[in-house]
Amino acid sequence: MSNITRRQILQQLAAVIAAAGTITRVEAQQVHQMTHLAIAAAGGTYKPNSLSAHEYKTLEHLTDLIIPVEKGAPGAALAEVAAWIDMLLSANAELKQTYTKGLAWLDTAIEQRGAGDFIGATVAQQKALLDLIAYRKNQTTELASAIEFFSLARRMTVDGFYTSRVGMPDIYLGNRVLPAFTVPAESLNYALRRSGLG
Amino acid sequence: MAQARAETMVHDVVIIGSGAGGGTVTKVLTDLGVSVVLMEAGPMIGMEDFKMLKAPYDVPHRGAGEHAEAYVGDGSGAGLGFGASYGGFGIEGEPYTVAPGSQFGWFRSRVIGGRTNHYGRHQLRFADYDFAPRARDGLGVDWPISYDEIAPYYDKAERLIGVTGKAEGIRSLPDGIFQPPAPLKVHEELVQRSAAKLGIRAINARHAIITTPTNGRPACHYCGQCTRGCATASNYASSYIQIFPAMQSGRVKVVPNAMARELITDASGKVSAVSYVDKETGTERQVRCRTVVLAASACESARLLLNSTASGHPDGVANSSGVVGRNLMDSVGYGMTAHIPAMVGMPSYNGDGYGAGHLLIPWWLWDRKDLDFPRGYHVEVYGGYYMPGIGSFQGSVNDAEGYGLPMKQAIREGYGNYVNLAGRGEMIPNENSYCEIDPTGVVDKWGIPVLRFHWQWGDYELNQVRHMQKTFSEIFDGMGGVYEPPASAEGEAKVPISVGGSVVHELGTVRMGDDPRTSVLNNFCQAHEVPNLFVADAAPFAGNPDKNPTHTIIALAWRTAEYLAEEMRKRNV
Repeated sequence: MSNITRRQILQQLAAVIAAAGTITRVEAQQVHQMTHLAIAAAGGTYKPNSLSAHEYKTLEHLTDLIIPVEKGAPGAALAEVAAWIDMLLSANAELKQTYTKGLAWLDTAIEQRGAGDFIGATVAQQKALLDLIAYRKNQTTELASAIEFFSLARRMTVDGFYTSRVGMPDIYLGNRVLPAFTVPAESLNYALRRSGLG
Repeated sequence: MAQARAETMVHDVVIIGSGAGGGTVTKVLTDLGVSVVLMEAGPMIGMEDFKMLKAPYDVPHRGAGEHAEAYVGDGSGAGLGFGASYGGFGIEGEPYTVAPGSQFGWFRSRVIGGRTNHYGRHQLRFADYDFAPRARDGLGVDWPISYDEIAPYYDKAERLIGVTGKAEGIRSLPDGIFQPPAPLKVHEELVQRSAAKLGIRAINARHAIITTPTNGRPACHYCGQCTRGCATASNYASSYIQIFPAMQSGRVKVVPNAMARELITDASGKVSAVSYVDKETGTERQVRCRTVVLAASACESARLLLNSTASGHPDGVANSSGVVGRNLMDSVGYGMTAHIPAMVGMPSYNGDGYGAGHLLIPWWLWDRKDLDFPRGYHVEVYGGYYMPGIGSFQGSVNDAEGYGLPMKQAIREGYGNYVNLAGRGEMIPNENSYCEIDPTGVVDKWGIPVLRFHWQWGDYELNQVRHMQKTFSEIFDGMGGVYEPPASAEGEAKVPISVGGSVVHELGTVRMGDDPRTSVLNNFCQAHEVPNLFVADAAPFAGNPDKNPTHTIIALAWRTAEYLAEEMRKRNV
């Protein structure tokens, strides 16, 4: 896809999210549709190098649960974090095995809880499972490797998102040529007031 | 070993090493009409090699490593490769050893421009009293030169390279010729105000950066990426400020990828040639010279002298005193980090600025006699916003756990809201800190004997770190900072002082002085015993004041080069 097409889609997307206000499942679906449009505009769905199509879809969804769309800001799926992770997995067999096992565990575990597979479950079911493995305090012999996997996937999702062209501007406004260095008075005053040093 | 090939041509000056010292000598000599050969152990590079304004997404693995090394094992081996260091604490095939009981790290760069391509650009003058420390407190040695003798060369360096700052009238950090400084960032304003409440003065940082167009170079554009090398030459590196311009004169012959092995002396005891390994072909070569200037970095220059034993110097050339390799010093290093809740939720801005921060705390207690350490330290201030990278948010995420928007919020609350205070203190030279040729026979991949390091901090340095801990805690307290209180500082083992060499201010190994029994070089950095041998890196330093060494390397090398040119004109060398 040309950069312009991509930028247009991103702008449109940002406008949709901003206009919608708080995040709801409907909006999230809308964003997903636009993400797929964006990928389609790029010449089709990303073809994973390392994971199977099912594993890849599961990972993409997992990353988007870790960093979801938010008012005015895209999530991990739009930032194509899963594609970046898949690329790394193709370069490291040990890492790939961790993911293959971890993603399979998500399917098995959710099936045991009465759903189909992870990707087909409701968001409530998915989150109920993640709530188990997203915290060290839930550590048991049975959950140990799932918690370890989720911790790794979360770490890589965060890294992949904030180092992407799409995710980085969420917090970082630099890496550009400035004619002069200035600090906004509102930023300075905010910190001075709150620190008691103003 | 391939057959050594000797040149017949005799060059006036051969300079070994192209960093701050070698670059300065190259520029000054060629400006004076002298032709030089400049040998560098690394490759030649050009302006297009500096990775300015790139982001992690410009590299497919984004810093995780080509084989995702960041996520397996101990996580080492990853990185973006944007830095201009062309080296590090380890270089394949070029080991060094550390004696049992010592810890030492040796950072080496192998590239035209050496470590100046990526250094922090703190550009600080030494104080008048720094040149006569023994006269003040009876420790170390005095320099054979005074501040007044070197000050004109600080002036020249500042006019050429440009240094930010404002006149402050602080004795521990003399004023110079300054470029207008950039305004302080928000966290720096907080540090400045909190320090002021303690009676500690924090000032605009002094960096080798231009903020106005200077000598045909455009002003800094505030991308914060000085360590990658500056493609617009808006900061100082010897490569683009001195060597590339000097090459335009036609009086520089650069010999890249040349690893110096040994200095060859003639019957009169003068250096007549430098033998080196052409790293591209593995060929042994020699370059003949009338004079030689060592600027290979303090320890590399010492190594070269110690290894030059073939022509009847069992302890190395110019080393009858046995002082070569001795008096090795680094800066005392200690850092402390705090989270600043007052900044959480602050309207964000582009805070890149210059590479190493806009604020500096010079030593403020230079006239105090009641401290339990004799010499001073300054404080460098880091923190605030930065370009995200692999692992940047691991701390926030580990604390928050979970997923989704609450986790993202935790990342926002952590990002940019940390301040790091880095103390850089003066070390007193001691007899337990030195380098020598490894006595067990370890050699590098070209068969050149390697250095072995011995290191020990003294009580003065440990006491200084305790003082930093107390001071930094108080500064953070004054701005509502949240930090882990320093561990009880009882006994040496518990003082979190830096590993020797890790601040990368290692120097003093070929020191200058008036007495040939206790020094290697005279007051013009010319060997007492070998009149056509000069040293122009940080090896000649008689002491290591808290101020970062690069400015004094340049000033001293400039003075040495002018003296050398004059001695050549008079046919004294």
